[in-house]
Amino acid sequence: MRRFFTLLHREVSHYLHQPLAYVVLFFFLLLTGFNFQAGVAALNRETGQTSIVEAFFNTVLFWFPFVLIFPLLTMRLFSEEYKMGTIETLMTAPVRDGQVVLAKFFGAFIFYLVLWAPSVLYFVIFQWVTGQNAAGAIGSYLGAYSMIILIGLFYLSIGCLASALTQNQIVAAVMAFALICMMFFVSLLSFLFLNASPALRELTYYFSTIEHMADYSRGIFDTRPVVFYLSMTAFTLFLTFHIFQYRRWKT
Amino acid sequence: MIKVENLTKRYGSVTAVDGIAFEVGKGEIMGFLGPNGAGKSTTMRMLACYLPPTSGRAEVAGCDVFSDSLRAREHIGYMPENVPLPQDMRVSEYLRFRAALKGVPGRRIKERLSDVYDLCGLGEVERKMIGALSKGYRQRVGLADAMIHEPELLILDEPTIGLDPNQIRQVRELIKNLRSHHTILLSTHILSEVEMTCSRVIIINKGRIEALDTPENLRARLSAGGEATLEIRVSDPAATAAKLKAVSGVKNCSHQRLGEWTRFTMKIEGDPRESLHALAVAEKWPVRELARKGATLEQVFVEVTHAEEG
Repeated sequence: MRRFFTLLHREVSHYLHQPLAYVVLFFFLLLTGFNFQAGVAALNRETGQTSIVEAFFNTVLFWFPFVLIFPLLTMRLFSEEYKMGTIETLMTAPVRDGQVVLAKFFGAFIFYLVLWAPSVLYFVIFQWVTGQNAAGAIGSYLGAYSMIILIGLFYLSIGCLASALTQNQIVAAVMAFALICMMFFVSLLSFLFLNASPALRELTYYFSTIEHMADYSRGIFDTRPVVFYLSMTAFTLFLTFHIFQYRRWKT
Repeated sequence: MIKVENLTKRYGSVTAVDGIAFEVGKGEIMGFLGPNGAGKSTTMRMLACYLPPTSGRAEVAGCDVFSDSLRAREHIGYMPENVPLPQDMRVSEYLRFRAALKGVPGRRIKERLSDVYDLCGLGEVERKMIGALSKGYRQRVGLADAMIHEPELLILDEPTIGLDPNQIRQVRELIKNLRSHHTILLSTHILSEVEMTCSRVIIINKGRIEALDTPENLRARLSAGGEATLEIRVSDPAATAAKLKAVSGVKNCSHQRLGEWTRFTMKIEGDPRESLHALAVAEKWPVRELARKGATLEQVFVEVTHAEEG
């Protein structure tokens, strides 16, 4: 366990020591800040049914930077170690392959949480300045942020998988982006086939990230997405572990 | 300390290491010698538990490198070829990370760090970023990393490659000083290095062990056949060469004119210098040089690794 935390500490500090992380952080906050401002502006023009929390987590302006950050956060995880050869010193230390995969994954996850943490301030400031509630109920916050965590786990694991496949960071980023987009665009199927049978709509709900977020940010809790994201994360990490092991043994 | 039995590694259809077997005792410095692509690095990677062998087995400190890999790794300090290091960490930070990773208890890390700083001369760069270090320092950081957890066995893959002569000497001294605490397996192309530091040598070629012996014995194998040179002033070199060849112990003789002097180079067996001297005195040849050169490890190396190709 101590080795796992040593590795985790190394991974997190690796993020914090690199300029890329701060560039991502800066632009991510810029875009989400803009998104938040746009939501507030829209609600200023006309009164509507939606709360600011719902408006924030359900726009194109939210989803677009959202899917982009995962490849950027995960592309170097394994690729860099392959390229630099440091994988050799790492794996000749007495650590298990699984520990390395999990440490890298959770290292990325911790930085992902750091990325999101400032956004909480938006709502705090909103309430402080306007004196109004940003959400209908506390469940809205909990729902939206737990969905951020669940989707984050799954998409970060996809990024890990892509990075474990290649020693080229760009290739890893492109692969991760393509895979995440594929998963994400399943959400759009229900918008494309409006007159699909109810059975099909029911089925696409299982995969529809956009609908999950729509429900959760309204404070509606459903166990199906929880099971979906956690099991997909576990499965993708399992694949990553095997690819990582296979790549090393092959060369 | 190391026990290797019938170890084989294939990459697809290419056999990199082909059924090698050897043992290294505690406290030995074993040199691993061979041309590029002979299988040195592959063997070392297998011993360091980085690559699984295709067949055969290897044991380090009583732990199988494949089935008991984690325990085996605790006994090994491995420095890979070209010393891969992260660029974005400070030397002290990196070594602290490595020490914790290799299971050095927290309260001992500080003490271990200052020990390896002293041993490897890293004191003055401890705060520097690894990316900004010179090649020589990087090499030392790699070495410090390899021994930070006081392993019984050090596996060093070409520890002196790319260093300048002064640095090579320093690293060599360092390795010699480590002899008392560690068993060392090191690979190199530099033959003089092996002669100076190693207690035994393995010469490997095309994945097979061609020779395994002490440097002295390997040399003795050849120094039965060494070389002698004689520089004298004679008028008829061809006739003289014939006379020299008649001396027992001289196998063949070639000559080269250097102005009025002639240099005779002879392949010899044993040591015929005394008879050569006696002959020169008897013939009244003015002599300005008579010398014998024993075989160097280099000759052994060339002979052993070319024998098959020839």
